[in-house]
Amino acid sequence: MRFIFKTDYRQDLELAKHGGHRFWYSVLLLLLLAAPWLFTEYWLAQLTFVLIYSIAALGIMLLAGFTGLFSLGHAAFLGVGAYTQSVLTNAGVPFPFALAGAGALSAAVGWVVGLPALRVKGIYLGMATLSFGFIVEEVLARWESVTGGNAGIHIKKPDVFGWVLETEIEFYFLCLVITVVSTLGILNLLRAPTGRAFVAIRDSEISAQSMGIHLARYKTLSFAISAALAGVAGALYAHKLQFISPDQFNILQSIDLLLMIVIGGLGSVHGAFLGAIFLITMPQLISMVKDYLPAVVGQAPGLQGLVYGLVLIAFVLFEPMGLYGRWLKVRTYFEMFPFYRKGMFKRQKSFQKSDRLK
Amino acid sequence: MTATLLSAKSLSVRFGGVLAVNNVSFDVKQGEVFTLIGPNGAGKTTVFNLISRIYTPTTGEINYLGPKGLVKLTGQAPQDVAALGIARTFQNIELFEHASVLHNLLIGRHTHRQTGFWQDILFTAAAREAELQSREKAEEVIDFLNLQHYRDTFVVGLPYGVRKVVEMARALCTEPKLLLLDEPSSGLNVEETDDMAFWIQDIQQELGISVLMVEHDMGLVSKVSDRVLAMNQGEVLAMGTPREVQSDAGVIEAYLGSLDDVSSLRRPAGASPHSSAGGAV
Repeated sequence: MRFIFKTDYRQDLELAKHGGHRFWYSVLLLLLLAAPWLFTEYWLAQLTFVLIYSIAALGIMLLAGFTGLFSLGHAAFLGVGAYTQSVLTNAGVPFPFALAGAGALSAAVGWVVGLPALRVKGIYLGMATLSFGFIVEEVLARWESVTGGNAGIHIKKPDVFGWVLETEIEFYFLCLVITVVSTLGILNLLRAPTGRAFVAIRDSEISAQSMGIHLARYKTLSFAISAALAGVAGALYAHKLQFISPDQFNILQSIDLLLMIVIGGLGSVHGAFLGAIFLITMPQLISMVKDYLPAVVGQAPGLQGLVYGLVLIAFVLFEPMGLYGRWLKVRTYFEMFPFYRKGMFKRQKSFQKSDRLK
Repeated sequence: MTATLLSAKSLSVRFGGVLAVNNVSFDVKQGEVFTLIGPNGAGKTTVFNLISRIYTPTTGEINYLGPKGLVKLTGQAPQDVAALGIARTFQNIELFEHASVLHNLLIGRHTHRQTGFWQDILFTAAAREAELQSREKAEEVIDFLNLQHYRDTFVVGLPYGVRKVVEMARALCTEPKLLLLDEPSSGLNVEETDDMAFWIQDIQQELGISVLMVEHDMGLVSKVSDRVLAMNQGEVLAMGTPREVQSDAGVIEAYLGSLDDVSSLRRPAGASPHSSAGGAV
């Protein structure tokens, strides 16, 4: 068990709270930097996808995990980002500007979608965002002069002011840099007043308001940041696949994105990454195991959906805190051995809240 | 003569056919503890919600002596009330449950934030400095209310009595001029209620904050209040010192019922108290 001896308020402001953090995150970063030479090309591509989905997951985590607003149409922001990037890149705009454009347009759309969130909550917000997702998918399919319709659109290689990123390795490092920057941005927000305002809105709107937090401003801000990150992820996604079509940004993609953070662990930044790893590796694992299963099961269509569904149900029932929660428990078990007891992380039922004000 | 901090003029609120508050007027002076009492459904919490702008009065207005002079509170947006120096607690505790106590207190510092979004996301030197200042203020409140032990605990695991104190601490973190306490002693045991009384007195005397509270525990009310307003069914019954209000005939009637009510329950004269008992001895 580690006891941190605190002597200065600055210690609580640091992102790495103690030597262990510094050591392990440095190891992780070194590993990621060395990844192109450690992994085969196939697994490097998977790792690139993990990074891309992590960026999107960070955004949804901020929205759902920290602000308490659920979006069932998040693939739409991914789509807006991907298509903006494609159109701008194909028009010859350098990568950084195109990426900024993709993020900004997604953020603007997110801001607009955030407006209904000021009036509706919970399942109704889910419905509003769901229908928004359908609308965007339809727009991408019908606006053929720009998006190429259902035939899809090809995108050129990213071009950073004349330096064209041709290889997988270069693109991997591009994704890594953007992921690290986004993560630091989110972590910074969360330790500053803006992030605390989000958490306040998640836990009690009425008292957030009485603490002087402008609900409308922060809810739309949360939507905008979340959408911007999804847009950036979408832009990288488009570059990675080099070909996008509207059906990549349908409801299934939205559900995948939401599933990712629920399984990762709502309300933790780690959860976003764990969820992204889960989302990318799970299909690989399923296809590996497939060969060993009887043909009736292994070759059945919808096996992946079934496994996803079962895993989600299992998490909701047995580990609502997700993969990160499970990791916390395992870590605590070893740190406190042999004093860990079963109910340590049990959530107490909250006391009655004043429902009439809601 | 101290200045009037908050003045409510003929407030009325109508929810459909229910007149929740009817023509209520009162003044809260700077530095006093002003208490609203009354039976359940008297409209006390509604008055609170009018001041914190969760409801808008049907008629009447509230004026408040803010940092920049007199403002019409009824024309303000709900989130702007805190910046004027009015902080509140809730009857059924509304803390940010999945955050630590310290985090809750820092959220209380929101109105004093000095940094914008971009400074936050880059966590610039200015943001770092502002964070340290907030932390120092929050620590002052932690010291004041003896919450050191719970600083890093998540609210979701705290006992009810501590949550009450944390909620008051969060309100104090906004550095208010007027503190609205909605039933500060409900759900507390005798000892905790005594602590609460001390703290309310300290808040008034050491920090110089005016307190407007709703309370049922008459022991606490008479110990800390300078003036008391008794309400019933949305109307003012009596106003004055705790002693005056407690001896007011209208107040006694509201709580205990009138003598006429009681007399109707009396058995007719001459009837034997055991006559209906069937001779059982």
